[in-house]
Amino acid sequence: MSVPFEHLLLLAGILFFLGLFCAVARRNLIMIVLGVEIMLNAASLLFVGSSARWQNLEGQSFVIFILAVAATEVSVGLAIIVYAFRRTGSFDPGGYNLLK
Amino acid sequence: MTIYDVIFYVVSLVVVAATAMAITRRNLVHAVVYLIFSFFGTAILFYLFGAPLLAALEVIIYAGAIMVLFLFIVMMIDPEWRQEIFFPLSQWLPAALFGTVYLIAGYLAVSRAPGNAAVLKLVMATPREYAVYVFKNHWLSIEIVSLLLLIALIGALHLGKGENRVEEDDV
Repeated sequence: MSVPFEHLLLLAGILFFLGLFCAVARRNLIMIVLGVEIMLNAASLLFVGSSARWQNLEGQSFVIFILAVAATEVSVGLAIIVYAFRRTGSFDPGGYNLLK
Repeated sequence: MTIYDVIFYVVSLVVVAATAMAITRRNLVHAVVYLIFSFFGTAILFYLFGAPLLAALEVIIYAGAIMVLFLFIVMMIDPEWRQEIFFPLSQWLPAALFGTVYLIAGYLAVSRAPGNAAVLKLVMATPREYAVYVFKNHWLSIEIVSLLLLIALIGALHLGKGENRVEEDDV
C-alpha cells in the first residue's frame, strides 16, 4: 500500500468538517446528533490510521472507547430529544424557549 | 499503485460523497440511509488499516445499532416534514470565510509537516492480539466504560418512562 499518511489526515479532516457543518448549520435536533456522530467517526478513522502508521495498537484501543461513548451519547441524546418533542411538539432547538 | 491504493481512494470518495449527501438531505430517513453507506465505507477503511475487529464493530454498532435507533426515532415521532429554515446569506458569509481560512491553514500544516508523507504499511492486528493488548493495558478504562453504558441505560429508561409524559392540555 502506498497511501501517504497526509491523505488520511485530509480525509479525516474533511469528514470532521462535514460533521461540524451538520451540527452547526442544521436546525433539527436529530441532524445535530447525526453531525456529532460523523465527527466521532472521523476521529476514530484517524485513530485507526495512526495505529497503522506507527505500528502501535494504542490507537485502535482508543476506538473501542469512542464506540462506547458514541453509543451512550446517542441513546441518552435521543431519549432527551423524544422527551423534548413530547413537551414542545417540535425538533427545532430555536423553539425551546420555555424560560423566556 | 496497488489494488489497496485503489480501494482506499475509491472508498474515501464514496464516504465523503455519502456524508455530504447525508448532511444536506431534508428528509431524515434519506439522511440516515446515506449515513449508513458512509459507515460501511469507514468499516472497509478500518479493515484496510488492519483492524478487522473494529471493522466488524463499526458495522454492528454504528451502522447497525445507532443508525437503526435513529430510524426508529424518526419513524416513531412523525416530524410532519416541516420545512427547515436555513440561515440567511448574511450569516453564512463570515462563517464560510473563517471555515475556508481554517481549511487552507490545516491543509498547509498537514502538507508541510515532516513525516506525514510516510507511506502506510499493511499490517493486521488479529482480534486475539487486540484483545490481549486492550485487556492488559486498559482494563480499568474498560470497566469505567461499561459503567458508562449502564448509566446510559438507566438514563434512557428514566427519560422514556411514561410518568414523564405531559398531558395535551398541559403543554
